[in-house]
Amino acid sequence: MARIDLDHIRHSYMANPQKPADYALKEVHTSFEDGGAYALLGPSGCGKTTLLNIISGLLRASEGCLLFDGHDVNGLSTQERNIAQVFQFPVVYDTMTVYDNLAFPLRNRGLAEPDVDRRVREILEMIDLASWSKRKARGLTADQKQKISLGRGLVRADVNAILFDEPLTVIDPHMKWVLRSQLKQLHRRFGTTMVYVTHDQTEALTFAERVVVMFEGEVVQIGTPDELFERPRHTFVGYFIGSPGMNVLPIRLEGNRAQLGSQAIALPDAPATSSAKTELGIRPEYVRLGRAGMPARITKIEDIGRHRIVRLDLEGREIAAIAGEDEEIPAEPHVSFDPAGINLYADSWRLETGRIETARPMTGGGH
Amino acid sequence: MEKSWNNRAWFLVLPVLVLVAFSAVVPLMTVVNYAFQDTFGNNEFFWAGTEWFEQVLDSSRFWEAMARNLAFSAIILLIEVPLGILIALNMPKSGWGVPVCLVLMALPLLIPWNVVGTIWQVFGRSDIGLLGYTLNQLGVDYNYTRDTTDAWATVIVMDVWHWTSLVVLLCYAGLVSIPDAYYQAAKIDGASRWAVFRFIQLPKMNRVLLIAVLLRFMDSFMIYTEPFVVTGGGPGNATTFLSIDLVKMALGQFDLGPAAAMSLVYFLIILLLSWVFYTVMTNVGVERSNQSGGH
Repeated sequence: MARIDLDHIRHSYMANPQKPADYALKEVHTSFEDGGAYALLGPSGCGKTTLLNIISGLLRASEGCLLFDGHDVNGLSTQERNIAQVFQFPVVYDTMTVYDNLAFPLRNRGLAEPDVDRRVREILEMIDLASWSKRKARGLTADQKQKISLGRGLVRADVNAILFDEPLTVIDPHMKWVLRSQLKQLHRRFGTTMVYVTHDQTEALTFAERVVVMFEGEVVQIGTPDELFERPRHTFVGYFIGSPGMNVLPIRLEGNRAQLGSQAIALPDAPATSSAKTELGIRPEYVRLGRAGMPARITKIEDIGRHRIVRLDLEGREIAAIAGEDEEIPAEPHVSFDPAGINLYADSWRLETGRIETARPMTGGGH
Repeated sequence: MEKSWNNRAWFLVLPVLVLVAFSAVVPLMTVVNYAFQDTFGNNEFFWAGTEWFEQVLDSSRFWEAMARNLAFSAIILLIEVPLGILIALNMPKSGWGVPVCLVLMALPLLIPWNVVGTIWQVFGRSDIGLLGYTLNQLGVDYNYTRDTTDAWATVIVMDVWHWTSLVVLLCYAGLVSIPDAYYQAAKIDGASRWAVFRFIQLPKMNRVLLIAVLLRFMDSFMIYTEPFVVTGGGPGNATTFLSIDLVKMALGQFDLGPAAAMSLVYFLIILLLSWVFYTVMTNVGVERSNQSGGH
């Protein structure tokens, strides 16, 4: 178990990277606390797996320094780093039995056979393959094979960290849920540092205490699920987290007013920015429908059970609002934005204004 | 929907049937014809029964040639398969080295068999051949026309030079189809180089190795051209394989009956051994998956 520090890590798959676009990982400067459960969340190709492979030593970062508990591990091999990693697609040793597959990482490290047996049986129980232990791994279903891969990642008790690279992609939905809760349980019991890569926000938000959101080779925000929802630091986080994602509208800032087309929106503060591209972000949960406010036109209403998603046309922009099941939707609706949910962005990055920050805990208040 | 049943589809296989009949069945039948009859020319045939077969199977000449064939195939397989795997393991997986290696490996396979024989025939000559002359200058008494061991060594080295590439290419194809994740997982699991070979690479090469062994066995068991060009079956009968003996008998002595009988026996042996190889090697795989069975 260890604290992992990523000190200005950059990585390029090219021999001679010139411009920022040549880097698969632009610059990552962050820490994973000892015993933390982290999720790396982002779309395909954003550098999640690259970052994971750098931590485990399958890749060496082009630039920057990697520390485990303050010790430089840049030069160490995967074996020496003592990391467990589970891959997206099942990797099993076909000619071995299920039992031997799980024992393999332990035996390679010279563990005594009684200890191997104890660990393997424990893991077999956990991944629900105890009755299959004597079978050859060849001919198992993809599900079972991935459980073996997962088991091999968990079987060593003394690892510095366990890295999961979208490990539940091939597992069927019900089993996914079971295994994820088992992982969480395991984390609570042993407190191993865990880093979990996924592009599924539900998976990330339920597994991790802190979520690292990556976009185009950069970490755009690290925070608790709540922070990611309420205060996305980057418009991408707004889009990516939440369903439907945040409404992002281009605006013109004029003092403490935001000009959206012909409409003016009062802001709790007068943010200062010299940026040309300013946007207002508001989650559908904070868009209010009523008879007062900006006139809008309803284009579609989706009933998804507990609530409804109302798609509206506001000043030529499509926005989404959430309405309760029993809430009346006016025929000629007007929308207003709850000031607590307003975030302002300049060049896609959130404008930090003291006023909005203090407004945060008091929903709907503070003006 | 009602399906109408009729046998007209059989006409579709007719062209193939005709082709195979003329290319394989009819010539084979001629051989069968000669094997059971005796002829003194003039298109006059006399029934001979199993006389020729008995004669062939009773002759020590046949069994000696057979023993040479088996020994040759065994040696060839024991050298070429491990060597082929070893070379394939060390070939680059990416970069400019790949095409270079592939072309180098394919070269010997592209040379006609009698040319290969001629190359080695000249190469090994102790008076003008680069190899033979150099060896003799270094004090090694090497002469493949006089010494049995030298003749065998030459024929074996020649075959290894000619055909190891085939094993290499097949194994290489098997190796590059292994996803990177397997090697990464092995690193994470702390596997040794040997364990990676034993538990990842070898199992994945299983199928191509079966093909390689089958092809190399059949080819080496039927070998004719190269040793015929280099040693002509000599010195004495030291490198007279079944095929060389067969040609001597059929064309040299014009003993068509025994030669035909021998051809059939030869053919059946190759068929039988190939079947045995195939069954054994595929069964190894089947047994494994039956054990793991599942559903």
